[in-house]
Amino acid sequence: MQSLTAAAAAIELRGIDKSFGAVHAVRGVSLAIPRGSITGIVGENGAGKSTLMSILYGLYRADAGQILIDDRPVDMASPRDAIAHGIGMVHQHFMLVDTFTVLENLMLGAEGGPLLAGGFAAARAELARLGREYGLSVDPDARVADLSVGEQQRVEILKVLFRGARMLILDEPSAVLTPQETDRLFEILKSLRARGVTVVLITHKLREIMAVADRVIVMRQGAVVAERLTVETSTGELAELMVGRKIRLDLDKAPAERGQTMLAARGLSLVDRRGVRLLDGIDLELRAGEIVGIAGVSGNGQTELLQVLSGIRPPTAGQVEVCGRVIDPARPIDPAEMRALGLAHVPEDRLRQGLVAAFEASETSILGYQDQPPYCRNHLLDAPAVGRHCADLMQRFDVRPQTPGLRSSHFSGGNQQKLILAREMSRIPKVLLVGQPTRGVDIGAIEFIHRELVKSRDAGCAILVVSVELEEILSLADRILVMSGGRIIGEVAADQADERALGRMMADA
Amino acid sequence: MEETLTFITLTLAATLRVATPLVLCAMGGLFSEKSGIIDVGLEGKMLMAAFFAAATASLTGSAWAGVVAAIVAAEALALLHGFACITHRGNQVVSGIALNILAAGLTVVLGTAWFARGGQTPPLGDGERLKPIFFPVAGDNVLVYVALLSVPFTWWLIARTRFGLRLRAVGEMPLAVDAAGVSVAWLRYRAVLLCGLFSGLAGAYLSIAQNAGFSRDMTAGQGFIALAAIIFGKWRPFPAFGACLVFGLLDAVAIRLQGVKVPGVGEVPVQLIQALPYLLTLFLLAGFIGNAVAPKAAGVPYEKEH
Repeated sequence: MQSLTAAAAAIELRGIDKSFGAVHAVRGVSLAIPRGSITGIVGENGAGKSTLMSILYGLYRADAGQILIDDRPVDMASPRDAIAHGIGMVHQHFMLVDTFTVLENLMLGAEGGPLLAGGFAAARAELARLGREYGLSVDPDARVADLSVGEQQRVEILKVLFRGARMLILDEPSAVLTPQETDRLFEILKSLRARGVTVVLITHKLREIMAVADRVIVMRQGAVVAERLTVETSTGELAELMVGRKIRLDLDKAPAERGQTMLAARGLSLVDRRGVRLLDGIDLELRAGEIVGIAGVSGNGQTELLQVLSGIRPPTAGQVEVCGRVIDPARPIDPAEMRALGLAHVPEDRLRQGLVAAFEASETSILGYQDQPPYCRNHLLDAPAVGRHCADLMQRFDVRPQTPGLRSSHFSGGNQQKLILAREMSRIPKVLLVGQPTRGVDIGAIEFIHRELVKSRDAGCAILVVSVELEEILSLADRILVMSGGRIIGEVAADQADERALGRMMADA
Repeated sequence: MEETLTFITLTLAATLRVATPLVLCAMGGLFSEKSGIIDVGLEGKMLMAAFFAAATASLTGSAWAGVVAAIVAAEALALLHGFACITHRGNQVVSGIALNILAAGLTVVLGTAWFARGGQTPPLGDGERLKPIFFPVAGDNVLVYVALLSVPFTWWLIARTRFGLRLRAVGEMPLAVDAAGVSVAWLRYRAVLLCGLFSGLAGAYLSIAQNAGFSRDMTAGQGFIALAAIIFGKWRPFPAFGACLVFGLLDAVAIRLQGVKVPGVGEVPVQLIQALPYLLTLFLLAGFIGNAVAPKAAGVPYEKEH
């Protein structure tokens, strides 16, 4: 341990402690991050890594503990202090003003005077210099809303460097990037390190840590449980440290036994009111007993495809046939009717479409089925029956805490997702549509959710999984369709697919 | 010919007179809305300001004291709005409506108690009013010029200064402003205070420049018309100014058209003409502005996530 921290520390934390109400988010964390290194911080969701970095960046105040920058204790009361001490943060959700140009975003908070004119010229020159030095080129006059996600992230990094940061914290930087963009990001990080910048990378993607970081710190339940040099560890060991037990990253499952076609889409198109073509001639077939995965960079029509297939939006052309019923522009359908046909849907956006945050878990557990027995009799809800149903689901799907009366919003993301999956799967649907099954879900729950999906498939359910996580698609799906620009641009059998090839297909178009 | 020219000149002068409070109010509201604080309380601020302007001018005999009192009164309401919406993250529309009701009631109560004229203030003499500077017929008092200058000033402040950049950012993405180490609350308070300043001037114009005294509900919805002008102008100063002029013109034409027989239609009822600006507002709001371009964070209280 001593040898790991021997190099001069750029950042040192001593005994940092933080609670939010009853939740003890960070428990007495001490760590040191050497200057000019790339350090990864890994941990499950809720392990406290983001909270810890928010404390370092002055967004939260620690209840106890000390922060040292370049061996001097400092007081981080606000991001302004952090910036003044040379710390910059690239957040998972970009802190960019969409309607501003790159230059305006760059200057926000560092305008260089009460009038903008002079600052603009200086910022333009500085941007050109940073672009040359770090290979970070972005058009300064482009509107941020028009940039790709990868470019927006570059703007975030430029923003931090523009403020003279020597220490850079990145929170889940690859969550929204294609594999190629991620590689590009890692090259940038390495060139930053070569120029003496200290980089801290928060992630739960172990493979990326192994690829780019020098050292890795593992957090679990608010505490640091291990520190390793990446050359001396493996993804297996790190995963085990993160969850505190051995887990399998690979799902082993029997080959699919494909039955009859349960859902078929032909020439499915969707054009919105502004005339933008969101779906463009989608042909798709889903058979009983198989999992079809849809891979793609988010925003390429996956969301709309799920909306149309689940009956939320009618198609503008083409048709869908579900369990014998044909849906086309002339014969639309609503989600309740879809459910009655035996189609269940786990929406991508669980907080907006999967549950009502203010409802109790028991109410969430019957959402969409609230008018059916045994929950509803004579137009009245049977609360005890609903409670029993919820308790039963919670037990079968290991939802914690097992409290049907608790508000849905008080469950962690993983447990909310398990509850929604339980609700949809418990009706034994013929077709199951799942959007982002494990977004914001920790590793333990991911494993559980994946196993349940495969179990359901083996029982004969036809499953369509949409995910931006390639790893997930690769381990779950029997067939993989790649979406881009509202079209399906390719199909690959899962056993012949690899991340690189898929990534190239996703990025093409 | 001569007659037509006179008609046009007089109508244009009237347009400017009627549009002045709208322009001032709209520029004030623009600052607030740009910062992400919706202000349906423009009406109440203007009404309160109008009352205190007239009351103070009447008691002190000074028009300028009236202007100062108007600004103070409007700022008090602006701060209340800020306290409710920024500090306590209350619902901005509810707070705005509450301010309107408060102003409508308080001005009448205080007016009745102080002057015993059924809510009116005593008529103001010439020395207690802001008088025309160059053209007595046109009514070009100092606030008309302030209103005209307020438009390029607002544009300049929003487009060309550090404050403006941050103001625009805080209305779109307050998180980005916070992450840049700039206080979201202080920025929004400054915006709300600017709004108070301009709506105060608008109120003063009504009671001590355009008219000679305060009468109950004298704003008569002009705060809402200003709000509509902001929306027509898509939250940009010059287009909003243009919208104010259109409303002013409609109003001026309405006054001119009273009692005039329109060929083929006959005499147009006064009420219909007076309703024109409001009908136009509804009409345009319903379908002619196109996609909403409101600041994205407008109406959303800023809270740090936990």
